[in-house]
Amino acid sequence: MIETQTALKTRMEVKNLNFYYGSNQALKNINMPIYDRKVTALIGPSGCGKTTLLRCLNRMHDLYPANRYEGDILLDGESIFGMDIIDLRSRVGMVFQKPTPFPMSIFDNVAFGLRLKGIKGTELKDRVEKALKDAALWDEVKDRLKDSAFSLSGGQQQRLCIARAIAVEPEVLLFDEPTSALDPISTAKIEELIVELKKKITIVIVTHNMQQAARISDYTGFMYLGELIEFNPTEKIFTKPDEKLTEDYVTGRFG
Amino acid sequence: MENVVEAQKSLREVKTRGEFLERFFKLSLGFWALFAGLLFPILAGVILLYEARLAIEKFGFIHFLTYTNWDPVQEDFGAATMIFGTVVSTFLSMLIAAPVAIGIAIFITELAPNWFKPIVSTAVELLAAIPSIIYGLWGFFILTPIMATKVEPWLQDKLGDIPLIGKLFQGAPTGVDVLNTSLVLSIMIIPFMASVVRDAFNMVPPIMKESAYGLGATKWEVIRQVVIPYTASGIAGGLILSAGRALGETMAVTFLAGNNPQIPRSLLEPFTTITVALANQFTEADTDVYLSALYYAGLLLYLVSFAMLGIAKFMVLRLEKRWKV
Amino acid sequence: MSKKVRRKLFSNFMLFLSFITSAYGIFWLFWILGSLFINGFKYLSPELIYLDPTPPGQEGGGLRPAFVGHLIITSLATLIGVPIGIMAGIYFAEYGRNSKFFMTIRQITDIMVSTPSILMGAVVYAVLVKPVGHFNGFSGAVALALLMLPVIAITTDEMLKLVPKEMREAAYALGAYKWQVIKNVVMRAAKVGIMTGVILGVARIAGETAPLLFTSFNNNVLTFDLRDPMASLTVTMFNYVMGPYHYWHQQAWAAAFILTMGVLLLSIIARVLLHRNLLEPLFYIVRSITGKKGG
Repeated sequence: MIETQTALKTRMEVKNLNFYYGSNQALKNINMPIYDRKVTALIGPSGCGKTTLLRCLNRMHDLYPANRYEGDILLDGESIFGMDIIDLRSRVGMVFQKPTPFPMSIFDNVAFGLRLKGIKGTELKDRVEKALKDAALWDEVKDRLKDSAFSLSGGQQQRLCIARAIAVEPEVLLFDEPTSALDPISTAKIEELIVELKKKITIVIVTHNMQQAARISDYTGFMYLGELIEFNPTEKIFTKPDEKLTEDYVTGRFG
Repeated sequence: MENVVEAQKSLREVKTRGEFLERFFKLSLGFWALFAGLLFPILAGVILLYEARLAIEKFGFIHFLTYTNWDPVQEDFGAATMIFGTVVSTFLSMLIAAPVAIGIAIFITELAPNWFKPIVSTAVELLAAIPSIIYGLWGFFILTPIMATKVEPWLQDKLGDIPLIGKLFQGAPTGVDVLNTSLVLSIMIIPFMASVVRDAFNMVPPIMKESAYGLGATKWEVIRQVVIPYTASGIAGGLILSAGRALGETMAVTFLAGNNPQIPRSLLEPFTTITVALANQFTEADTDVYLSALYYAGLLLYLVSFAMLGIAKFMVLRLEKRWKV
Repeated sequence: MSKKVRRKLFSNFMLFLSFITSAYGIFWLFWILGSLFINGFKYLSPELIYLDPTPPGQEGGGLRPAFVGHLIITSLATLIGVPIGIMAGIYFAEYGRNSKFFMTIRQITDIMVSTPSILMGAVVYAVLVKPVGHFNGFSGAVALALLMLPVIAITTDEMLKLVPKEMREAAYALGAYKWQVIKNVVMRAAKVGIMTGVILGVARIAGETAPLLFTSFNNNVLTFDLRDPMASLTVTMFNYVMGPYHYWHQQAWAAAFILTMGVLLLSIIARVLLHRNLLEPLFYIVRSITGKKGG
């Protein structure tokens, strides 16, 4: 699929990023663009640092001591290390590997981020409904918004987490292996959802499932032992990669 | 346009409020944490020390520890008797309780069928939940008469003539004595000890036990040669922890120990402990020195109990750190 | 006899011994509870709750001041001790986990859980009774609150630690402040566990005697004034058992029965709350009986 020239805008940019867990260097000199309203996938064998890199993008590592960043990450040209972390996280959202509904009703889960920003009343209700619709969950839950989020199935819970994340209208949405805990049908639904979401939101997804990356992403970064080995349009990575290492991984020779 | 400005203003309000509460939360929660674990224990110790200062000045340290005369009339106090009583009753109760507690822990973790485990566990926890005064009341009304009329005479009869041991069973069998108290005390600490040992046993990785079974060991051999050495630190810690608790036990002991100001010469004589002395004499202390002497004894109890519990904790933590990957 | 058979026999023997020890433990439990039931029940009567005690030696009367006083002191102690304990516990679990200093503080708090309770009474006496000049109910409540505080702090800490870190991360990822994550997500998730800890804490202080012996002391007259000495079930039991009168002993048994039943009930409720799956089959049966037709 050849992109006709709508100018490719860079939403986020990773510049010379090194990351340390204590004295252990987990990311080595990463340079990578994240293009606006495209799906960027990060693939690589276990321990390559793809999740570590993802969690840098919303500074999730700040929660734990002994983590250190070197280099920079830009969001719309502005360094994320300079901005208020609360603002950053409203603009860059995250969906985790295991569905993590909060111990409250379905409605309250989706409303959580909105309430943090002081939104209430009819605006709150409308945005919750919109988020659930965009997450393809509305029809299934519209009659039971007050029910506990735990009453949903695994796949539904994950879509709830997605609804919760998009309710605050982030510019970028990070997915950390979002379907690894789900069955094939739920996985397919979520992949459909991601392809639909990218029309409005920039998406970065970490996946250990190469076929998934091939299916839904526009750009793919291949990582190995903390380094970004190659970053290219997905089709290139999977058909004619530049690096031998990439080719070996993608053809299953290791990993 | 207005809506945007409104939204921005409310967002800023939310942010400033958010940041303020962030600091407020951390400070107020932190203060109470500091209080619970530092200020409070130190304050308690300081208050005890302050109240004991009269007695400390007057009787010194070594003298107070070794002098057996506790004389309110002459205002001459030595805590040796009650220290002796505290140590002996705790030690004896541990002697009886330890094998039982370990046995119960073994039973719960290794032997009991899965449906029976919660029943025994619940029974043990119910024993632990019974208030100590109930043990005292029951011990006093029900057990003491039986000890006095049946058990102790029997013991005297059977063991009284054996050279060394017989000495331990002299005296009138009233049931208000070291033996009875230690027995009831042991029943009281069995549940706690059993649960600590059981928790330690549960920390053994199944793989370790399976390797031993795979080599053809019997169940007991696995317990004795794998489980117990592995958890030795935890068991020892648990024992010391339980001793620390027994040290501070008041109500059951007060009912069953009697109020003997002298060191008991046999298991069948009444005695006294620091807690008993405090319970019985605190409100009767009519002079400042008397009260101060009681506080002095209480201070010693505080320090010893704190030290024992601290050591026990250290040992248990060492076990956890070594094996919890 | 071959070595193998001997080893097996020995193993079975030792295991049999462990069974005996469990039977030994259960034996005592049954005996104690049994005596409580028989004697307590025998002397149970409604007058105990609404009559005041008679002058010593005169039969009859009740334990009204003791019941009421006990409730007042225990409730006040809970009101003081629980919030402080929970706040300390939250700090240990959510803020202090990376600080060696605070982890040491937490261990010290755990040590305070097992400190002799009579010493708390002595400490509070020096601060709240001696300066005031007389025993008072308030000091008793404070003594119990000080006993409860470490227990609640530790159980709160343990329960909060059970909340998976992913749940916290999800809340942070939405742009929440730490206090919002704690208040709106973590506390809600640990709600049941913390409640269980509180119930167990209450059960524990409800049975305490020693700290009250020289703080709230005792009172033969019903009073709601915390500045007066206040009666409590436990101290009254202590006095009655040590006393010479037969009817005193009987009333002590009855009080012991009520107290123990109350404490055990609280412990069982706490256990059930924590292991709600125990009740699941019960709920299922109830639901199918009350006819949720069609499932």
